[in-house]
Amino acid sequence: MSFDVALILQSLPQILEGVGLTVQLHLISLAAGTLLAVGLALLRISPNPALSWPALVYIYVFRGTPMLVQVAIVYYGLAQFEMVRNSPLWPTLREPFWCAIIAFTLNVTAYTAEILRGGIQGVDRGLLEAGKSLGLSAWHRFTRITIPIAMRLSIPAYGNEMISLLKGTALASMITMYDVTGVARTIVSRTFAPYEIFISAALVYLALTWVIQQGVKFAERYFNRHLRK
Amino acid sequence: MAASEADPIILAEKVTKSFGSFRALAGVDLVVRRGQKIVVCGPSGSGKSTLIRCINRLEEHDGGRIVVGGIELTAAVKDIDAVRSEVGMVFQQFNLFPHLTVIENLMLAPRLVRKMSKPEARELAMHYLERVHIPEQAAKYPIQLSGGQQQRVAIARSLCMKPKIMLFDEPTSALDPEMIKEVLDVMGELAAEGMTMIVVTHEMGFARRVADLVVFMDKGEIVEMAPPSVFFANPTNERTKVFLSQILTH
Ligand SMILES: Nc1ncnc2c1ncn2[C@@H]1O[C@H](COP(=O)(O)OP(=O)(O)OP(=O)(O)O)[C@@H](O)[C@H]1O
Ligand SMILES: [Mg+2]
Repeated sequence: MSFDVALILQSLPQILEGVGLTVQLHLISLAAGTLLAVGLALLRISPNPALSWPALVYIYVFRGTPMLVQVAIVYYGLAQFEMVRNSPLWPTLREPFWCAIIAFTLNVTAYTAEILRGGIQGVDRGLLEAGKSLGLSAWHRFTRITIPIAMRLSIPAYGNEMISLLKGTALASMITMYDVTGVARTIVSRTFAPYEIFISAALVYLALTWVIQQGVKFAERYFNRHLRK
Repeated sequence: MAASEADPIILAEKVTKSFGSFRALAGVDLVVRRGQKIVVCGPSGSGKSTLIRCINRLEEHDGGRIVVGGIELTAAVKDIDAVRSEVGMVFQQFNLFPHLTVIENLMLAPRLVRKMSKPEARELAMHYLERVHIPEQAAKYPIQLSGGQQQRVAIARSLCMKPKIMLFDEPTSALDPEMIKEVLDVMGELAAEGMTMIVVTHEMGFARRVADLVVFMDKGEIVEMAPPSVFFANPTNERTKVFLSQILTH
């Protein structure tokens, strides 16, 4: 096997053009999914089964099916519903970009909700009792004690989720989008040099992952500042 | 809060509490008057923690009555947080908020519950840190302090709410021996200032010096209750005698 290093380098600038879209898909679905995950995690830990069960089913469904399948269902499936087609949102929902965002967001929500649940349940009960004994309201106990501590506990797993979502965004290429992988695929179909082009794409993903890792490292250092003796 | 000096600030009548089928409190009667110091002792599992945790409703009793500062604790008490803010509690495990500095630990509840301004809360916090003799630790995180210092911070944190009653659940049990005294000294000073206190502890020296009444619990009941002079010299109950002989000899 021999690689054409020059071709790898040559194709890089073109592949970099896909970075903008990859990053957009990543950040938008990450932000939306994380917000929704907070709500879902709260439902999930509710003692009321009418709240926790739907959350459990949701998480089961989205963790238990491939994201590829989810993207396909959203992309091909939404149009099947007349209600969707007639809604004022249809021009948007028809866009592959928003289909991808919806599918990724639903997926991130499920995984992140589980991560946050672990963090929330990892908070020492004694601290919450101390909060109660000081007269802090349930809201203040949650926002001032549970959340900051749960966030610290959740960071490592959340970092993994960010990286795995980054790689997951490659699925957008399947529904006609020119993200990093999408661009790579079109170059491959022109050059018939899959090794070089996909290596070039891999390098781009590695660089993006490195950025995420640095961010996670920084966040960990920040949230662990009180643990340094 | 209750009007007259003679009114009990805490009243417990026939209080029961079960965990599943296990009876942790089997009908406890206790009257605490303003300024009184009660030391509670008894074997492990006798219900000491459960009793004081019922007084600020960290546990809900399931029978009898508990009245704190004139307010009966029931499921219908709308503002349990308001009752709790008048009752300080110090835990065996300190339970300082690990993500906040010492001074932030102290300022949190005054800011959020008492709606104090930051400078006001800071001043209050420094005042109580001085009272527990560690103003110089204000900017540190709890993990950077010794156990004895952490427990004194926990006491100061409770005091910042200006509670009418302080509950202590084995405050020195998690401490190395050389740190027990510094915490007991702070508690002794608090007692001398007239604080109403219920202290679960096996520090019998503290009980002799500070307590108005020593309560002995066994199997979810108060078996014996007497001033320390009587309690230690002439315990009437067999179980008390056995317990005292064990605890005083080791
Ligand atoms: N949340 C709970 N669930 C089930 N059982 C409990 C719970 N809390 C306490 N108990 C039980 O109730 C009994 C009394 O507990 P409690 O903590 O009041 O005892 P204690 O006198 O404080 O003992 P110790 O000296 O060990 O602290 C124990 O047998 C304990 O196992
Ligand atoms: Mg106990």
